[in-house]
Amino acid sequence: MTDNVQLEVEHLTMRFGGLVAIDDLSFTARKGEITAIIGPNGAGKTTVFNCLTGFYVPTEGRLTLYANDGPRLLERSEGFRIPRNNGVARTFQNIRLFTGMTVLENLIVAQHNALMEASAFSLAGLFNLGRYAKAEKQALETAKFWLNKVGLYEQADWNAGNLPYGSQRRLEIARAMCVNPSLLCLDEPAAGLNPRESAELNVLLQSIRDDQGIGLLLIEHDMSVVMKISDHVIVLDYGKKIADGDPEAVKNDPAVIRAYLGEDDDDELPPEVAADLHLDPKAT
Amino acid sequence: MDWAYFLQQLINGLTLGAIYGLIAIGYTMVYGIIGMINFAHGEIYMIGAFHSLITFLICQAAGISGILPLTLLLMLFVSMILTSIYGWGVERVAYRPLRGSFRLAALISAIGMSIFLQNFVQISQGARVKPMQPLIEGGITLMRSPNFDVQLSYMQIIIILLTFVLMVVFSTLIAKTSLGRAQRACEQDRTMAGLLGVNVDRTISTTFVMGAALASVAGMMVTLYYGVIDFYIGFLAGVKAFTAAVLGGIGSLPGAMLGGLLIGLIEAFWSGYLTIEYKDVATFGILVLVLIFRPWGLLGKPEVEKV
Repeated sequence: MTDNVQLEVEHLTMRFGGLVAIDDLSFTARKGEITAIIGPNGAGKTTVFNCLTGFYVPTEGRLTLYANDGPRLLERSEGFRIPRNNGVARTFQNIRLFTGMTVLENLIVAQHNALMEASAFSLAGLFNLGRYAKAEKQALETAKFWLNKVGLYEQADWNAGNLPYGSQRRLEIARAMCVNPSLLCLDEPAAGLNPRESAELNVLLQSIRDDQGIGLLLIEHDMSVVMKISDHVIVLDYGKKIADGDPEAVKNDPAVIRAYLGEDDDDELPPEVAADLHLDPKAT
Repeated sequence: MDWAYFLQQLINGLTLGAIYGLIAIGYTMVYGIIGMINFAHGEIYMIGAFHSLITFLICQAAGISGILPLTLLLMLFVSMILTSIYGWGVERVAYRPLRGSFRLAALISAIGMSIFLQNFVQISQGARVKPMQPLIEGGITLMRSPNFDVQLSYMQIIIILLTFVLMVVFSTLIAKTSLGRAQRACEQDRTMAGLLGVNVDRTISTTFVMGAALASVAGMMVTLYYGVIDFYIGFLAGVKAFTAAVLGGIGSLPGAMLGGLLIGLIEAFWSGYLTIEYKDVATFGILVLVLIFRPWGLLGKPEVEKV
């Protein structure tokens, strides 16, 4: 089990002044699994992502990523070194594509490091010299692969900003994958998607998990996504982990139900909430 | 209407405009990537002019100034490299420590940098006007008219051609190479670019260096064209190139070139047909009009306020 670990978070604590956003959080995410982090608003889910991707330096704790070539401590590097040294890629809750660039260019920019190494500060790129030409061809191949995967091959030359919302979401995921990460962090990828797009997204995420064999970390409010595709669910509330396990176990966990619905003796859930949690009201 | 006279003013205007355009590109590129005006850019141009003059004097002392192409190439490359270092230094000293601070801070530090560089050159090189002997003389007589011969000097041909070549090279660099893509990515979303592995700080430095290299070419051209430079030429040329960048649409590379050419032409025709004393008034009148009626410039895109 341990050799399959992709990310190990140990005693992560993040304080902003007196506010404790994350309090002594430990969990692991495994390779080839989708780990979902859920929790009510303000539970600290995005803060976890911000610690993983170098936006915040954790107050305490250790974040270890087991990449292909050995473990790396995430809290040690920052900024642009995160994707290169650590192999963590991320998408945002509100889409952050380069809207002025084409769909294809968005995917090529994500392969910037490989290209820069081959381009001798762009001079080789300017004259299209051997090594750069080869690296660029490689980058195009990768981009093409992901364009096909997310079904945007036909729109490769569109301005990214002109794509419909659902396609933008998929492009953002494709762009993150072009970084060639060991861990992909998705911040609410299903937000704003209609049921059909959301189903397509499930297929895409599952195929990334199965084909690439990398660990996916998912923040999501849409329980239909979480329950359907995640292999492992972590529930946060006020920065603390309150449940950790497979989706079935978590959704029946009384602590989780309490966190979502508040302290209440009444066991009867309102029907729409039960539907959201995919509980059969009659079964409870 | 004397067409010969008109043609001559057109040639002069295009030459002047090419020089303004080269400087304006530096403003526009830096604005594009960090959203701030580099007020020390005019000084960078002045330093480029001094570097080319100093390189020439060294060549002369070494006795190789007779070989004209070699001397010119040396002047070009030495001045581009040394001036680039100044461009890099300006970013490193005046901008990078203030990244993430409020916008006015960087603006003030850039103005401070400009004053510093001006005084640095004044003290180290002296305040007097420096003469430069003409290196490229002669030209082609395009048209003879009874009272006026239209001259296109070799120097003017070189300026216009070199500007054109540099424009093509830099546009390709921005459009086709990974560095250019990184620059455009940083222009739109620096954080995101960083998350995708783009070294944002280095990309910004490179932008300053590229702008400085182009400004140094402009400085060298002016040194050769007019034959006199002093420590103060950066101010007026800088403000005019800034006007050109705003006229063309700040942030747009072709816009900077177009704006430069238009400012050059306006200045040439104003001096040719109206009063030479008021040519700067005309130029800055344009700046005022553009800011009132079309603040996004000729080729820029109006900024849509996001709610």
